[in-house]
Amino acid sequence: MSPALSHEEIFAGRIAADERIEPKDWMPEGYRRNLIRQISQHAHSEVIGMQPEGAWITRAPSLKRKTVLLAKVQDEGGHGLYLYSAAETLGTSREEMIQALQSGRAKYASIFNYPCMSWGDVGAIGWLVDGAAIVNQISLQQTSYGPYARAMVRICKEESFHQRQGYDIMLNLCRGSGEQIAMAQDALDRWWWPSLMMFGPHDAESAHSSRSMAWKIKRQSNDELRQKFVDQTVPQAEFLGLRIPDPKLQWNEERGHYDFGEIDWEEFARVVAGDGPCNAERIDHHVRAHEDGAWVRKAMLAYEERHR
Amino acid sequence: MSRRLPTAGPQGARPHAIPRNGSDLCVLTTRLADDALILGQRLSEWCSNAPFLEEELALANTALDCLGRARFLYARAGMLEGKGRDEDDFAFARGPEAFANLLICELPRGDFAFTLVRQFLFDSFDVLYLRALADSTDDALAGIAAKALKEADYHLRRSQSWMLRFGQGTEESHRRAQLAISALAPYTGEMFEMDVLEARLLTDGIAPDRAALKTPWQIRLSETLSEAHLSWPESCGNISGGRAGRHTRHLEALLDEMQAVTREMPGLSW
Amino acid sequence: MSANQPSGQQMPRHHMPLFEVFVRSKRGLDHTHVGSVHAEDAEQALEYARDVYTRRSEGISVWVVRSSDIVASQESDQHCFFDPNDDKPYRHAAFYQLPDEVDNM
Repeated sequence: MSPALSHEEIFAGRIAADERIEPKDWMPEGYRRNLIRQISQHAHSEVIGMQPEGAWITRAPSLKRKTVLLAKVQDEGGHGLYLYSAAETLGTSREEMIQALQSGRAKYASIFNYPCMSWGDVGAIGWLVDGAAIVNQISLQQTSYGPYARAMVRICKEESFHQRQGYDIMLNLCRGSGEQIAMAQDALDRWWWPSLMMFGPHDAESAHSSRSMAWKIKRQSNDELRQKFVDQTVPQAEFLGLRIPDPKLQWNEERGHYDFGEIDWEEFARVVAGDGPCNAERIDHHVRAHEDGAWVRKAMLAYEERHR
Repeated sequence: MSRRLPTAGPQGARPHAIPRNGSDLCVLTTRLADDALILGQRLSEWCSNAPFLEEELALANTALDCLGRARFLYARAGMLEGKGRDEDDFAFARGPEAFANLLICELPRGDFAFTLVRQFLFDSFDVLYLRALADSTDDALAGIAAKALKEADYHLRRSQSWMLRFGQGTEESHRRAQLAISALAPYTGEMFEMDVLEARLLTDGIAPDRAALKTPWQIRLSETLSEAHLSWPESCGNISGGRAGRHTRHLEALLDEMQAVTREMPGLSW
Repeated sequence: MSANQPSGQQMPRHHMPLFEVFVRSKRGLDHTHVGSVHAEDAEQALEYARDVYTRRSEGISVWVVRSSDIVASQESDQHCFFDPNDDKPYRHAAFYQLPDEVDNM
């Protein structure tokens, strides 16, 4: 018989053994809070991320593109829903999380604070933003919290078409007219750096990274994931015949990776702090839709109470 | 488990023999396609604007059904016409006067009550129409109708239950639904209008008799309205003209947006 | 993904409560938990479960159940619920050595 283990020892043992932590398990308060922060931020990113591309569904230039884009943006909503549900197993509620988003207490991926200005941007978002998200999400399938890991498995499976549809838009533009090629290049120019920023600050400067790694909430560091994304994306850009806007970008034989230039961290900090081109617009949109829907939710409740 | 998205459009539609009255049939098919596209476009405007996430997904599903249906129908219309036009030529290279959709489909999405009341009024007609169209002597149209009917049954299930929730919900939801009903009522008559072209197709057993669907539609409507404690306006007039290309100003605005990219850079592939 | 409230405690009624969703992916298989939705009542939950969790033909049948209606064992039950069965190897076929002549049993 082993001596009775404390809660902390059982928890630490499970993390060490790569076992999943499940909702009813005891967990350190910091672990719970860290997870709620990360999962809700992830959920908010999916939901806010619907806006820039969503605005192009009505303008998509072919019926096939329109259908695919709507299905894709709908998926983002679904993924937000899966993630909110995963966070709710930790004792928070969707309503609380939405309040935190709307009041600015909770963050979402800063990339969505950049404007989606052309059809080329729709392609670039699918290719680069979803591409970066997938690199991160594949890694998170191994996260230590069971509901989060399971949501990630489902999301990765569904998102496999998202990046392809974006790349397909880019491919089509790059095989098209001069105007279309210019549109694709312009989109890459504007979305490349923000995409690299999606992986967050350097490991040394990341506020939550080390604890998240120790708890196996995060499985790979920001810089590792960013490198992975660059390595896989550069050949894709070459195939399109597009130029990546980084003069320092070059293959490093010794490392077996691409070297690339430094991110403009001041811009990163500005956008995270709420001073990006579209921060206010994104939150206003969310608040408006939520408030416009308030009477609908009240009517549902009244109806249910009448029929209980 | 990777599944391909269901294909619509040219690759999805099976070639069928072109019947004698091909040009009439082409017009009818285009009308039905326009209804589906314009309504789908309106529904897709809800993306990121729904009252909560579950409803966000449900609205998008309905919109995708409409767009899918439009693509099958345009592909068939293009084949019947035989001039090499594809679905995108129909959707992106025509002006408002060439669109033949029912006016009810083009009205702006309004609030959530307006969208779901419109859906109920249209869906309850749609299931009756599609059920009849599924018996069409034109196999292609009958096939598209049978597939669309399954979708429409679900749309109606949803929109009908929303009618009850609005009507028996709060004072506000009741008021909003009632306003939507009054605004939409004048546009419902057009769903049941027959013209000489559809009358000819009716004789050949290709097109359903719209006029004959009005009574069953009204029965369902009054049952639902009474259960929801909602009412139909005493007199509402009748506004129509969509089939002849006479539209409200809203269609022009809708097309300005939908065709913005293709008009700015015409003649390109996307 | 059930809510993490202590068992035995009456849940206060929430606006748009959580429902757990179970999907049978094909005939012959069990319904499997796939996630949850918020809805005001069971009928609405069923429709939203369909709209959210079967968009890629994942299912042919859907169950929904109010999350607060699920009674779950607690971690504190672990030692008396599950541990006692860890020392009963005789319930498993591998416990029994068969003579080589009598394989396949």
